[in-house]
Amino acid sequence: MAVKVIIPTPLRAYAAKKDSTEVTAQTVGEALGSLTTQFAELRKHLFTEDGKLRSFVNVYLNDEDIRYMAREATPVKDGDVVSIVPSIAGGARENG
Amino acid sequence: MATKPQTINDNQAVTGLSNQEILRYSRHLIMPEVGMEGQLRLKNAKVLLIGTGGLGAPLGLYLAAAGVGKLGLVDFDVVDFTNLQRQVTFGTSDVGKHKSEAARARLSNLNPDIQIESFETQLTSANALELFRDFDIIVDGTDNFPTRYLVNDACILLGKPNVYGSIFRFEGQVTVFGMPLGPCYRCLYPEPPPPGLVPSCAEGGVLGVLPGIVGSIQAMETIKLILGSGDHLIGRLLLFDALGMKFRELKLRKNPDCPMCGTNRTIHQLIDYYEFCGVRGEEAPAPNVQVPEITPRDLKARLDRGEDLYILDVREPHEYQICNLKGHLLPLGELPRRVHELDSSREIVAHCRSGKRSAEAVDFLRKAGFRKIHNLRGGILAWSDEVDPSVPKY
Repeated sequence: MAVKVIIPTPLRAYAAKKDSTEVTAQTVGEALGSLTTQFAELRKHLFTEDGKLRSFVNVYLNDEDIRYMAREATPVKDGDVVSIVPSIAGGARENG
Repeated sequence: MATKPQTINDNQAVTGLSNQEILRYSRHLIMPEVGMEGQLRLKNAKVLLIGTGGLGAPLGLYLAAAGVGKLGLVDFDVVDFTNLQRQVTFGTSDVGKHKSEAARARLSNLNPDIQIESFETQLTSANALELFRDFDIIVDGTDNFPTRYLVNDACILLGKPNVYGSIFRFEGQVTVFGMPLGPCYRCLYPEPPPPGLVPSCAEGGVLGVLPGIVGSIQAMETIKLILGSGDHLIGRLLLFDALGMKFRELKLRKNPDCPMCGTNRTIHQLIDYYEFCGVRGEEAPAPNVQVPEITPRDLKARLDRGEDLYILDVREPHEYQICNLKGHLLPLGELPRRVHELDSSREIVAHCRSGKRSAEAVDFLRKAGFRKIHNLRGGILAWSDEVDPSVPKY
């Protein structure tokens, strides 16, 4: 299934500055796996070392939170949109 | 004859408007969605703004202009020159003044018929419940994770709506938390990101208009909550992408297992939110590593003696354009794959804006076998302070 993955601003630095990408997948988990194969640097921002989705990263299939569906096993269909929704705190204070 | 405007009293609802107020709010009054009843609701409303910065600017201005009867402004910070690019409540003459007081002065001038109280304090677990108690609606316009969890938890404990907005570079999020049937911030984000995975200052910055738009949406939601009209952003997360100029909406569900607002609440009082978020105060997390450092004055002295030092600038190209120490530009993010461009036999001084990114670079290079390498302590900021004030700070 061809699925669009939307990459949020804070993670674009690890995804060649792209705001979205197309992947082929049967489930949300496969879509994210394919995304992190394309952009290896994204992996540690999305997954823990043992491969679990990080608790502060929210993933939506279209407008639904996958936590209220089958999580990573949620099946996708052609034209679906997977969104990663990170927590952002700003404001605009910089820390470097 | 004009009557004197009544001010809001905690025990007694205001039941009328002066002629002057009727004129001031006439564009509200002639709309059936607001009318006299709605305007009186606004006048009897008490709204607390947490933060008077980028989001707080349009919030304060629009809520004061709309005639919200009592506005509380919480901010411990002072106006900085770099704030003026987006914090439109403040003028150049406000630089150095306390934000809560400068905002109070500006908003009182905009609308002298409302009550404005400034709280020049940092919101903490010790004062939040006391501060929130006198207000009907809390609006979160802060800039850090600890305060966001604190605002959320205090709102849930007191049963008050929390009009939430946050921004990052070109992206904004807005929703309303804390309504009886709606989700809370912890339903959406059970845990904060660890400090190491928060974007660094290489990806910082914000387009000044963005907090203007997001804060204005928060102001609109606040007014709608007061009026009790329209569809609120309860259970809906509005995402705004300013570059793509797109609004999207996601469903937010109340998490039945939420430790704060779920059926089996496990959090019954405010906690230490800095500990919870793994950061102390407003400071940037210190680099995890100790690396050899050189002070700006020592570097200057050695360069003046004509010593052979390789200056490595690990900032981004757009930062190099602002100012530079004529170093070799190699952004931190590109260092791993471009490390072969560096000569480990030469003595290297790495620097960035503040010294944080270059400390990471020095740590990385030491692990890669570089021995003669130092971090410029305090970066370009310290260089400007201690060696060459003609180098601009940013």
